[in-house]
Amino acid sequence: MDWFYAKGILILSGINLMAVLGLSLLTGFTGLFSFGHAGFMAIGAYAAAFIGVNLGLPLIVSLLAGGLVAGIVSLFIGRFTLKLKGDYFCIATLGFGEAIRLVLDNVQVFGGARGWPGIPIRIDLWNVVLINLAGIVFMISLVNSRHGRNMIAIREEELAAKTIGIDTFRYKMISLFTSAVYAGIAGGLVGYYTGFLQPKMFGMTKSTELTIIVIFGGIGSVSGSVLGALLLTALPELLRAFALWRLVAYGVAVIFIMISRPEGLMGGKEITFRGILRAVGFGHKHSKAREV
Amino acid sequence: MDILEIRDLTKTFGGLTAVENVSFRVQEGSISGLIGPNGAGKTTIFNLITGIYKVTRGEIAFGGRIIHDLEPHTIANMGITRTFQNIRLFKRLSVYSNILTACHGNASYSVADSVLKSRRFRTEEKCLREDAVSLMEILGLAEWQNHIAHSLPYGLQRRLEIARALAVKPKLLLLDEPAAGMNADETQQLMHHICRIRDEFSCTVFVIEHRMDLIMGICENIVVLNFGKKLTEGPPEEIQSNPQVIEAYLGKEARIGA
Repeated sequence: MDWFYAKGILILSGINLMAVLGLSLLTGFTGLFSFGHAGFMAIGAYAAAFIGVNLGLPLIVSLLAGGLVAGIVSLFIGRFTLKLKGDYFCIATLGFGEAIRLVLDNVQVFGGARGWPGIPIRIDLWNVVLINLAGIVFMISLVNSRHGRNMIAIREEELAAKTIGIDTFRYKMISLFTSAVYAGIAGGLVGYYTGFLQPKMFGMTKSTELTIIVIFGGIGSVSGSVLGALLLTALPELLRAFALWRLVAYGVAVIFIMISRPEGLMGGKEITFRGILRAVGFGHKHSKAREV
Repeated sequence: MDILEIRDLTKTFGGLTAVENVSFRVQEGSISGLIGPNGAGKTTIFNLITGIYKVTRGEIAFGGRIIHDLEPHTIANMGITRTFQNIRLFKRLSVYSNILTACHGNASYSVADSVLKSRRFRTEEKCLREDAVSLMEILGLAEWQNHIAHSLPYGLQRRLEIARALAVKPKLLLLDEPAAGMNADETQQLMHHICRIRDEFSCTVFVIEHRMDLIMGICENIVVLNFGKKLTEGPPEEIQSNPQVIEAYLGKEARIGA
């Protein structure tokens, strides 16, 4: 396997990881399932490409702007759907994701269903890694603050969260907004890596893939999401030798993990430096995996 | 002074009237009780006070302010917290995390503070952690701090729920059947805890309970509900000998041999 090929897979993992980190906050820490996050990716992708190509702004600014646009759209969606209970929110996001794809399919400004070619390629492994590191640091700081704890409280027992004074609606909005910004940035990365955008890239399959990675990696674990994104993006590539059967093998692998470890790879636990030190024989007998 | 005043409170669910024209007051600093047979509307009143249900008619005033049209979290932050009849802990979190989460109101750092690890973040977070630890010590939960909430024995889960409510620093603490499922020993301990909480946290306690030993043992004033209406109200000795209350609980005296 040559380096160029491996690098490509790593970049794709990084792009997925960015979207998964955001979804992990919403699904893993706040307990809200979304099957429309590819919609936020699409918004971010087209917005970032538009801003970069037409206004000539630097990469990082266009990515952030793309994320911000996705975030702003999420505030409108959240305003109307986050008062819905559990499953209904999930169905609303599913509808949203498909609606975004269909709108982009039919609006000719960005090339419609034929796609938008000729976006300058500006993504390399180093900047994907840097952006992801920033994303991981931000996410870990967030979930370990009072804000993160309030979101976890909503996941655990929403009524009790209200009675200890947590504005649950506000925190669901913050969670949705943050996750949409992450998805938007991930979308921007897609455009600047492949140089081509097409609405079909952001369909239901993409949304479900992201949710599968979050659950596979483990609900309520940032390191689980990282592991999940790396493994599940690389897996279909490693299975290329099986040709048509590779997606079947992928499905079987996911089902096998969910049966043998229903809580996901890391379920509620994190990999920490102290834990690694202890695992290799240094450090004190502190907890290897910290409870979230 | 009255910390809580309920005036002509009515709550209907469709055609069913769960609470009808109930009025009473809870005195500041007291331990008061709310009793009545099953289905009398006791928990409904708690849900109305905490804003979980919306009031159909009537008023609820807390410290002189009308609160019945506020959101539950606003009411909580004003100083009313509660426990639930069917325990609602953050089940998969540790004892420590349960309490720490509830301490959140004593910090005000922003998301940016937590990412940048600013001085404000560090000092406030340190305070929160100290608050949580001291609460665990006061309620005798310190040795269980790393246990997952739902793995605790039942009595401790109840106590943890009270600790979590106290973390919000309430002025009025509502306890919904805190002794349910407890044996006599645990109930004694709980009574002791409730009195201590009232004194040490200088809050008012309003408790729903079916265990008459607890109610009669610690309450200064008792409100009796029956079929959604207030039957009577008064100090324990008076309630114990009130024929209406006895009738509501036990039915009318049967005439033997008639």
